[in-house]
Amino acid sequence: MAKVTIDGIEVEVPNGASVLQACEAAGKEIPRFCYHERLSVAGNCRMCLVEVEKAPKPVASCAYPVADGMKVFTDSPMVRNARRNVMEFLLINHPLDCPICDQGGECDLQDQAVAYGRDASRYREGKRAVKDKYLGPLVKTIMTRCIQCTRCVRFATEVAGVPELGATGRGEDMQIGTYVEKALTTELSGNLIDVCPVGALTSRPYAFVARPWELRSADSIDVLDAQGVNIRVDTRGPEVLRILPRTNEDVNEEWMADRGRFSFDGLKRKRLDRPWIRQDGKLRPASWQEALEHIAAKLKGLPGDRIGAVAGDLVDAESAFALKSLMAALGSRNLDCRQDGARIDGTRREHYLFNSGIAGIDEADALLIIGSNPRKEAPVLNARIRKKWASGTLAVAHIGPRDIELTYNAEHLGEGASALNALLDGSHAFAKLLSEAKRPMIILGRGAVAREDGAAVLAAAWALANQVGALTPEWNGFNMLHLFGGQVGALDAGFLPGEGGQDLAGMLSGGVDALWLLGADGFEPGFIAPGTFVVYQGHHGDRAASRADVILPGAAYTEKEGTYVNTEGRVQRGRLAIFPPGEAKEDWRIIRAAGAALGVDLPFNTLEDVRAGMVAANPVFGLVDGRIAGGVTNTRGPQAGGTLSDVAFKPAITDYWLADSISRASEVMAECSRIYNAPPLAQAAE
Amino acid sequence: MALSDKDRIFTNLYGLHPWNLREAMRRGNWDGTAAIIAKGRDWIIEELKQSGLRGRGGAGFPTGMKWSFMPKSSPDGRPSYLVVNCDESEPGTCKDRDIIRHDPHTLIEGCLIAGVGMGAHAGYIYVRGEYFNEHVVLQAAIDEAYEAGLLGKNAAGTGWDFDLYVHRGAGAYICGEETALIESLEGKKGMPRLKPPFPAAVGLYGCPTTVNNVETIAVVPEILRRGASWFASFGRPKNSGTKVFCIQGHVNKPCNVEAEMSIPMRELIERYAGGVRGGWDNLLAVIPGGSSTPLLPKSICDDVLMDFDALREHKSGLGTAAVIVMDKSTDLIKAIARLAQFYKHESCGQCTPCREGMGWQKRLMDRMVEGRADVAEIDVLESVTRQIEGHTICALADGGVWPVQGLIRHFRPMMEERIAAYHAKKTGGAMPLAAE
Amino acid sequence: MSDPHHQEVTHFAFDAESEAQIAKIIARYPEGKQASAVIPLLYVAQKQMGRLTGSAWVPRVAMDAVAVKLGMAPIRVYEVATFYFMFNTKPMGRFHLQVCGTTPCWLRGSDEVLRACKDAGHLKGYGDTSEDGLFTLSEVECLGACVNAPILQVDDDYYEDLDYARTVELIESLKRGERPKPGSTIGRQTSAPEGGPTVLLDIPLKEPAIVVGRKGEA
Repeated sequence: MAKVTIDGIEVEVPNGASVLQACEAAGKEIPRFCYHERLSVAGNCRMCLVEVEKAPKPVASCAYPVADGMKVFTDSPMVRNARRNVMEFLLINHPLDCPICDQGGECDLQDQAVAYGRDASRYREGKRAVKDKYLGPLVKTIMTRCIQCTRCVRFATEVAGVPELGATGRGEDMQIGTYVEKALTTELSGNLIDVCPVGALTSRPYAFVARPWELRSADSIDVLDAQGVNIRVDTRGPEVLRILPRTNEDVNEEWMADRGRFSFDGLKRKRLDRPWIRQDGKLRPASWQEALEHIAAKLKGLPGDRIGAVAGDLVDAESAFALKSLMAALGSRNLDCRQDGARIDGTRREHYLFNSGIAGIDEADALLIIGSNPRKEAPVLNARIRKKWASGTLAVAHIGPRDIELTYNAEHLGEGASALNALLDGSHAFAKLLSEAKRPMIILGRGAVAREDGAAVLAAAWALANQVGALTPEWNGFNMLHLFGGQVGALDAGFLPGEGGQDLAGMLSGGVDALWLLGADGFEPGFIAPGTFVVYQGHHGDRAASRADVILPGAAYTEKEGTYVNTEGRVQRGRLAIFPPGEAKEDWRIIRAAGAALGVDLPFNTLEDVRAGMVAANPVFGLVDGRIAGGVTNTRGPQAGGTLSDVAFKPAITDYWLADSISRASEVMAECSRIYNAPPLAQAAE
Repeated sequence: MALSDKDRIFTNLYGLHPWNLREAMRRGNWDGTAAIIAKGRDWIIEELKQSGLRGRGGAGFPTGMKWSFMPKSSPDGRPSYLVVNCDESEPGTCKDRDIIRHDPHTLIEGCLIAGVGMGAHAGYIYVRGEYFNEHVVLQAAIDEAYEAGLLGKNAAGTGWDFDLYVHRGAGAYICGEETALIESLEGKKGMPRLKPPFPAAVGLYGCPTTVNNVETIAVVPEILRRGASWFASFGRPKNSGTKVFCIQGHVNKPCNVEAEMSIPMRELIERYAGGVRGGWDNLLAVIPGGSSTPLLPKSICDDVLMDFDALREHKSGLGTAAVIVMDKSTDLIKAIARLAQFYKHESCGQCTPCREGMGWQKRLMDRMVEGRADVAEIDVLESVTRQIEGHTICALADGGVWPVQGLIRHFRPMMEERIAAYHAKKTGGAMPLAAE
Repeated sequence: MSDPHHQEVTHFAFDAESEAQIAKIIARYPEGKQASAVIPLLYVAQKQMGRLTGSAWVPRVAMDAVAVKLGMAPIRVYEVATFYFMFNTKPMGRFHLQVCGTTPCWLRGSDEVLRACKDAGHLKGYGDTSEDGLFTLSEVECLGACVNAPILQVDDDYYEDLDYARTVELIESLKRGERPKPGSTIGRQTSAPEGGPTVLLDIPLKEPAIVVGRKGEA
């Protein structure tokens, strides 16, 4: 530790800390543009200059290491002068277009100019104009505003792992761009907008939409992947206008994936905003009362074991719990939340969670990825793997499609599950590497167990984890990576076949006469046996609604108070940002009302009642914002069955941009899909 | 007493003789190298300290001390590197060019000794890209040295393994800054690194590195052969040795010449370069040490000595000892404006004050050349230069504003006259306000 | 080559001559540090373009070829190619006339050299390529041969101590396909003063006492 005095305040900071960090420890705010705590230090903007005793010149605090006994001044005449001067230089070539700039109101340059700007310009020469660059469909560029801080270049290279952005040319002609005018091939491009301290990189879908002071914000959780990225939903009136990440070191640091950020225009399109009833083969609008009565008429008289329910991938745990309660009251044990047919063993949480925790990646030193492409399935989590890999302390191997691009080097061990055998019998060298690692980690894609030999894959992955020492009282390196934000919550709510109950396949193939689909859009509805009475409760007129006999319009994740459990088992809550459209309602209320229509008295009248019931059924739901961490004491594996096959693992997500019902309704995502899935030969025409 | 030929280190500065190894040996290069090296690293460094040798690349840092910063051992197995800076790009400077094309073996022998002195088994000579023909000679001389066993395994029979490579730059003045040079050598843009860490700790490929100027390294063998006191006998204390000067501009016979340090400027110009065009009294100003050093008006030139301390006393510097002479026919404002253009062109663009400020300075200077400015803008110009100075990662920005500061310091009335003349022509005398 | 500015280059591969140079270049740098060779390889690409097309420049596809060769991200090569002034990112004339315009040359008459280049090369100004595709004119910063100012660099060669007439003469001989000897155009001994050296006339030469090294070892 080093003792440093900042403006007379003594603080102790670790050796090797920067002066800027010491200043922050002393509560002194240091203005900065190029410095970003999650990126390498560039030291180029010169805004964070401070005075250090005995130093002849002001020093860049972001880059200057502390020394014991150092005296720093952050508000001396030398410092104020230096900052004013740097600010003047930044502004001479910066356009005075704040009134039409989307960054206006939340612009670092604007804010600092208030503190350090001159009241009049002394610059009488011509201002620089810079041609705008094309970076893809999501990021809009107005490059004349760029202050060359290179945060975006460093983000793309270091965090996103796509070294496609650079600063070409030199001196005052230096320009940020790709040089070849192509869309950045990353699922993290929205973060470029966040790291840009000025209005050079802004959100294309949000262009000229709103001013920040017009917006209301609600904290929420991104449900479009299973990472549980903490977000802020910005709204005006009845509309979601943008979604931004919130910082949560354990979950997403401060990053967010593009699908979660930019698909919200899908929240306004193809919405189910009123109940519908199928009559004479056609859907017709109906009132709530009609719809519920229709359901009651169809369901009454049916024995419980002829009724089934499927929970979708984006559902909140409250809805899943409420529906499970309704089904129980109707005497049904036919429940499933595994639309993909994943052979998940729900008896123990350890068998389906990302047990090390996402932050556990920072500790891992050897990683085997089985049947997963984390880059497409959880881009922010993938960036965390990359960060650890880039530090040179993580070896990675993967089993699955050979050609996936993970943004880090990974040894390819095979295409299919049988490649696991070479690790289990120790014949492959990577087995040794895993065994010798202090913190070995296995990431098992949910897609890897959604196949014929899924149970065998699951059991083998667990066995391997056990064998290489990934399951110890201190460390649990067995990690399943789920795909969507509602999946783990439904598992935790026990939305699985009960004793003697049928699973999804059973229900689809005529095992039930009535099927309740709660936001279940994840399978081809044509598989539902003809004659099955289908209730679809959900927010989008996606795949399943077309097969429904009754449609009950529900709320999207932005429109309700909901609990979501992420892939690592962290229980988090999203807040209502806007009300559901039209006649749509919060889902637990719909189920409560349906229960009433069916003559079932469900034991909850308020959201608090639902939540109390959830906690009573599974105490993990009480750990809001937390998760049960720690190692394994019981290494008993999941139920095995069958043998590992040679069939190659398939990508669980085939089109990242269109992987869920909200994104499939989004025009922005449709454009992304078109651009990013275009055949590469389009390049030749450049 | 002028320096005599027997005391000149660069005996083939003009290329009067072949550069090849055999001829170089006849001139005394590679004489007793093994014996010098046998005296050991500590002796070499101590002798250099005693000689008073200061870096010849412009900053004048004591060479022996610089070498002593290199680690004595490498517990982590990182090798040490010698990097020779031959990115000679400071306007006015053309001495290293002569060394590598006419006297390359002074440098190659110096590299081997420097390698021993700093514990490096490999050296890179970074030659500016434009010196294509010169680099061909240097490479050929290195090939010859390898062939003769003077480089490579057991170089020159010393028991020391030493490899030496030539690396060409590609047109960027900034690569003369040592950390930018290292970045460039690593295959990146020549953008200076933040310091600390300094190259002696983390340099080329993250390894301990010392970057020295060509002339600095090339004089080392002769200093060690003849002894520190011989070298120290030239020039004033702390300014000792001989030095290659580049005398140019409005002199009768521009030339390079190796002379003793602390020689009076007037003597240097008149003895070696045929004097100022039109006579000493026709002198207007001299830039004494390459473009970054502020110009000196004739009154100072009359008796100033050419060494680090004397020139610093006059708020200028010895720099690279490139003496740019300007007679009374010179449009001094334009001469300095052209330097402002140079620095704008060569700013790497990394730091805000330099990237933005150099353009501003250049455009202001362009208007000063015409007089199309307001007198108060001379103060703006000066303040812009002060805002740039001392606020950047490297010293390019400092060197880029000093010429303008020197102009204002010594010739402000000339700038005011130019402005007055412009407005007189334009408006018949009335002075418009700044906000025209 | 009639209109070099509209020349599209969609393919680039190093030829055998370049490949031989590349192998030697990469060997100069420690293992894993081959990115150091990016500047030398860009030169190889530019020279190859000059050799094969008469226009020494580096098209984007050549930068990509360098990136592949060195295992670098293409953008890192683009950055380098656009940072360093000696890489031409646009097609060039057969001869690259580079006038040093920095103060030391300007004091000695670089404006006259420029005028001569424009007149004799039929060039409008800096950045221009002559219609016959023979010349591209550039202003360069200090070339580091200032005691022989003013200087015109033609491709790799310095022509020194120029004036208007001698510059015209030089350009005319280039047109005739001649390549005058580089260096001083007034017969000076390199950087020695005009009229001959006044120092270094009395250098004692001796036969080396011993020849060191492997070759000399008995």
